Amino acid sequence: MSEFLGIFVEEAREHLQEMEAMLLALRIDTVTTDDLNKIFRAAHSIKGGSATFGLNSVTELAHVLESLLDRLRDRRLALTTEMVDALLRSTDLLGEQISEHEGRGTVDARVVEELCERIRRLTESPASAASPIAPSTSTPKPAKPLGIEGVAFGFFDDAEATPASLATPPLPPSPSSIAVAESVSEPGLLPTEPRSNGPAPVTSAAAVAAHESSSIRVGVEKVDQIINLVGELVITQAMLAQCVDSAGTQRLEKLKAGLDQLDRNTRALQEAAMAIRMMPISAVFNRFPRVVRDVAARLGKEVDLKLVGEGTELDKGLIERIVDPLTHLVRNSLDHGLEAPAERIACGKPVKGTITLRASHQGGNIVIEVSDDGRGLSRERILAKARERGIAVADNPSDGEVWALIFEAGFSTADKVTDVSGRGVGMDVVRSNIHSLGGRVEIHSEAGLGTRMTVRLPLTLAILDGMSVSCGGETFIVPLTFIVESLRPSPESIRTVGSQGRVLQIRGKYLPMVTLHELLGMSAPAVGDAGVPEEGILIVIDTEEMRMALLVDALLGQHQVVIKSLETNYRKVPGISGATIMGDGRVALILDAAGLGRLAASQRRERELAELASAFPGATASPTSPALLTHRPRAQPELALS
Amino acid sequence: MLTFRLGAEHYAIDILKVQEIRGYEAVTRIANAPRSVKGVINLRGNIVPIIDMRIRFELAQANYDDFTVVIIVNVGARVVGMVVDGVSDVVGLTSEQIQPGPALAAIDQSCIVGLATLEDRMLILLDVQALLADIDSP
Repeated sequence: MSEFLGIFVEEAREHLQEMEAMLLALRIDTVTTDDLNKIFRAAHSIKGGSATFGLNSVTELAHVLESLLDRLRDRRLALTTEMVDALLRSTDLLGEQISEHEGRGTVDARVVEELCERIRRLTESPASAASPIAPSTSTPKPAKPLGIEGVAFGFFDDAEATPASLATPPLPPSPSSIAVAESVSEPGLLPTEPRSNGPAPVTSAAAVAAHESSSIRVGVEKVDQIINLVGELVITQAMLAQCVDSAGTQRLEKLKAGLDQLDRNTRALQEAAMAIRMMPISAVFNRFPRVVRDVAARLGKEVDLKLVGEGTELDKGLIERIVDPLTHLVRNSLDHGLEAPAERIACGKPVKGTITLRASHQGGNIVIEVSDDGRGLSRERILAKARERGIAVADNPSDGEVWALIFEAGFSTADKVTDVSGRGVGMDVVRSNIHSLGGRVEIHSEAGLGTRMTVRLPLTLAILDGMSVSCGGETFIVPLTFIVESLRPSPESIRTVGSQGRVLQIRGKYLPMVTLHELLGMSAPAVGDAGVPEEGILIVIDTEEMRMALLVDALLGQHQVVIKSLETNYRKVPGISGATIMGDGRVALILDAAGLGRLAASQRRERELAELASAFPGATASPTSPALLTHRPRAQPELALS
Repeated sequence: MLTFRLGAEHYAIDILKVQEIRGYEAVTRIANAPRSVKGVINLRGNIVPIIDMRIRFELAQANYDDFTVVIIVNVGARVVGMVVDGVSDVVGLTSEQIQPGPALAAIDQSCIVGLATLEDRMLILLDVQALLADIDSP
């Protein structure tokens, strides 16, 4: 029974999502029976399923819902915004009830009863159909936020759906989702419901994400394709076996042809298998109409949300983890990017702001843009804030450098922190989340015209294009996305700074230079001498903090590698993002540029501290741990060499 | 219990934790690893760390020879390899045969659960779980 329950839960969630999307798309004046029929069918399926499994609370609410929808589609009642709100609210509650049945979170029966009551009144009283704006006096509505009351927004004129829906968007668990939940529960502006404060939203978010990762729905044609390919693989295998057994002069040639075919088959099979994990990004984008609707209503702004490229496919693992940073970016755009209607009119812009979510493929990346036509980032304010916080800034920084400042931890230029967010609150989390996915964020902003945040992500988490390099007798993979260039340095391009630091002069710029195996604390190479840079190859990599030149022994070639986790059986290693298995069966480590940058920075600090300690032998208060220093004695002789 | 040899000493671990026994093969070293962690190997597609028990117990460094073996153990959800000089035997021990480990500061007791005598040999009983402490702490 429990397995069927799992299927029901999944289907019910799909129905709910569908219902929500359809409700959001409804235009009250142009609603068609067809739309209502679809919504009705979704509600009906949920009711039927829940009754079968004895989820009585779900059945009850779904039944009330169904009655209202039934009357609506029979044209016995006219659709009102109030109904849409109630319907949206009920999709939220149904979702929570289903979670409750799975043993996660609790639903306040009182809240459900109130909603049922509300829907029943809507179903029965024709008065509400006649005058949608005037709610019947006995409606136990939560108090509306005063600031929004009385402002007509047409379709957006509700405040009721906001508290609950804002507290419970199904975000994956991550620091920033917690941050969002916290900033949302800021008291004062919204009516506080008992459910919306406390840790409940966070736990339910965690549970939802766990649910999402457990299974995957795949189109039959994708599965068919894999089965076909496996069939071909079997044929190729038989062909190869036959070749080996047969005698004759053409044997080698046949074998070669068979191997070529095998190569093609494995490649196709790999692609087909990867395709199973690919999902259209609409799975993420479809959450945003609701988010935008709720937040815009709360802020008193009018917003048009445009979705472009929803069909763009990306890895399921990425989909789950990109929701959170994107939500943050969209909220930011809404709250800080877009001006209030009055300000927009004053600027000569249309009252309605536009937020565009755009997804596309560019090379091996997927690019997701969140852009708004708001006021843009303020250079002066960011710089002033940076000075206030004591962040070092160049004398005449470029725009890009200035925008990058908002990713600093705790950096916020918002004049006041609103209940949605302050621009910069949590932007550091957004960036680190995206970095952990192997992607990056760029900001373009023009004063008065708007801001565009561009998120670049690799297509999948499982495979990457890498350059294999050898260093100190080991093979490493450097992800191609991090490599800017590689070169064989001339002796005069390498300068020393002090006794230990070396820099590479390249086109008038100086880049810090490190030897890879030194950085990773590995013993000196057995063959070759990477200590002499002229004999090695320098790879210029772009890390989060800086560009740096990595000295390796040789470049081996470019591959697509399958990423394997080191953490499964070992632990996280700084500077290493994973491992892969090479053609000969040996393991190669995959470098993590961001981690290498941090590693280099921390080793530099350590070295400075160690020098201080040796300069003042009496000083014992060195914070460096002995374990971290173990690589130093080995590293030193080599440094002396240079 | 599975008994194995490290230098002149005999050790034993719970055989239920043992997944397989393999010959020693070249490992890939890991960045900034503890000295006892030799590196990782590819075990049928899984990346498995290898701990040299001789280094772990600070014994005289024995050379890798034909008898050097790797015991692949399952610890919790993880798979870890232990390099030892050779596997000797599988023995059954009763609780009477086991006595608590010696309380001496000179002996690293973190993963020793007890001592047992078996035909004049002293067996040192190890807790495999404690090995993980090694690879977990940076």
